Amino acid sequence: MKIGLTEGLPRRGPALLAALLVLLLLAPLVANDYLITVLVLILYFAYVGQAWNIMMGFAGQLSLGHALYVGLGAYTSAALYVHFGISPWLGLLAAMAIAAAAGAVIGFLAFRFGVAGVYFAILTIAFAEFARIGFDHWRWLGGSGGFFLPVANYTRNDLLSLRGSPTMFYYLALAMTAGAFVLCHALLRSGVGYRWQAIRESPEAAQALGIDIFRYRMYAVVLSAAMTSLGGVLFAFYYNNLFPEQVFHISRSIELILGPIIGGIGTLFGPIIGAFLLTALAETLGEAMRAFGIDIPGVKQVFYGFCLLLVVMFLPEGVWPPLARRLGLERRLPAGPGRAGAEP
Amino acid sequence: MPVEIYLNVAVSGLLTGLVYGLMALGLSVIFGVVRVVNFAHGEMMTIAMYLAIALFSAYRLDPLVMLVPIAAVLFALGYVMQLGLINPFINRPEHSQFMLLVAVALIMVNGLLIIFGPDAQTVQTRYAFDSFLVGPLIVDATKVYAGAAAVAVAAGLFAFFRFTLTGKAIRACADNYAGALVVGLDVKRLYALTFGIGAACVGAAGSIMVLLVDVTPPLGPAYTLLAFVIVITGGLGSMPGALLGGVLIGITEALGGLLFTPSAKSMFTFAILVLVLLFRPQGILGRRAS
Repeated sequence: MKIGLTEGLPRRGPALLAALLVLLLLAPLVANDYLITVLVLILYFAYVGQAWNIMMGFAGQLSLGHALYVGLGAYTSAALYVHFGISPWLGLLAAMAIAAAAGAVIGFLAFRFGVAGVYFAILTIAFAEFARIGFDHWRWLGGSGGFFLPVANYTRNDLLSLRGSPTMFYYLALAMTAGAFVLCHALLRSGVGYRWQAIRESPEAAQALGIDIFRYRMYAVVLSAAMTSLGGVLFAFYYNNLFPEQVFHISRSIELILGPIIGGIGTLFGPIIGAFLLTALAETLGEAMRAFGIDIPGVKQVFYGFCLLLVVMFLPEGVWPPLARRLGLERRLPAGPGRAGAEP
Repeated sequence: MPVEIYLNVAVSGLLTGLVYGLMALGLSVIFGVVRVVNFAHGEMMTIAMYLAIALFSAYRLDPLVMLVPIAAVLFALGYVMQLGLINPFINRPEHSQFMLLVAVALIMVNGLLIIFGPDAQTVQTRYAFDSFLVGPLIVDATKVYAGAAAVAVAAGLFAFFRFTLTGKAIRACADNYAGALVVGLDVKRLYALTFGIGAACVGAAGSIMVLLVDVTPPLGPAYTLLAFVIVITGGLGSMPGALLGGVLIGITEALGGLLFTPSAKSMFTFAILVLVLLFRPQGILGRRAS
């Protein structure tokens, strides 16, 4: 059964979605540089959160090491550009291939040997940490001293080699986020998506139905890794500097998954809402600290921690599902496959 | 290099590893009974370390003596955390528990940062430069005391779980949750007690550890990770496994630092973890998860 992007939704669903898209498209006309920077950050987190969500939200595999794929994507594309002058548009293919291969290796080792749940999560952390220390000692890529791209010339946007203004990166990030949204929407309602959800709900039952759970888990990890690496390419060319201690660090992996968890795991809007709320919260807290003249490191993070705590305690499904119910955006599908729930 | 150097380094790694083992023991006890992975474990360790530092710099109290009151404070912290925060999450999915403890860890790390600042702090004891001469080996006195204290605390814990009624009740909860409820055990209180005991372990380990390393707030997440690696290597839920894993990782780190560069030493730790996960996912001494 084929379901369109808007089927089963109350009419104002697509209208709201279109309004949001228009708003985001027009934002650079009114926003100042600071706001654009924040928006790029939001869209970046929304994108990588969406990519992570494929693995956790759709297929039920908890990865706590997604910084590995961000880092591999960032370093691959940056190294090809700096050392060989290869355009990031070609570089991203290599980045995706390498990240997908890394995902495949981790997935193969884990799923073949029955490493699941908490153990799988720790295995993913271990690989990311392994990469962090490895890149720290890899001279060709700058080691722990960092790897730098030639700083962009802001007067002219060079889309071909991704050198340009924050506004260019904003539209790039917006395109990626929108693309990931459409892709995930299609996936959720494809055969693969239904098999993933079956595996997520009960691997044993899925297997009993004849689903090759190894194969479909592999699809999820490989796709998620490849998509995440694309976020890494954006990261590298936007920030122009890469430090193993930063890109591969476990706090990056955690940062990346906060959005979808806060927003609502397994939903399409969750990663976007989560990224928006968390980034806005962090920025507001930062501004508030400056306004009150508090300059003690850590105060902001403590507030942030308490906010997270409250959300996890009182909104166990994340922010989006109850919000969607409140807005009347719950999908009401005619009888047939599909999960009853709020995921427009 | 002469063989003695390797031996010296291995012994020093073994002694440090015993303290690692005690820290991991706390994580293992908590997971084995409450089935919650304590993602704030290393952060609790740094809280204990800073308590030891504060007591030492204010009153010159030896961390090895302060181990007992610090463990008691951490016990109270763990007990309250389990009753107030974690209990409602017992039946929630793993990622939800994970988020809860990540938030707690975030608050702890940055709370310490606010109170104690980012600079490394350390304890200078009278015996800091003493050493024992055992045949060809020169062993740091501090490390010997640290290792011995860790073994003593661990032995006390083993005895508690084997011989006391409460210890047996806790093991009963771990073995058969429904059965424990049926015979009328107050599972909620026992869970809180278990979390407290795990926290006390990490408290004791923390006050011992200040003798061996400088303390900074970011040490917390690093220790959380280390504790995971150790319990998974030894076997999640197995108490002797945690100690064995600690010793194994301690020796690996020490020798890895000697043979390559010290900054790459944890690569060997993670390599061991990956090997164990692949070839013996239940850990060296662990039983296959049901």
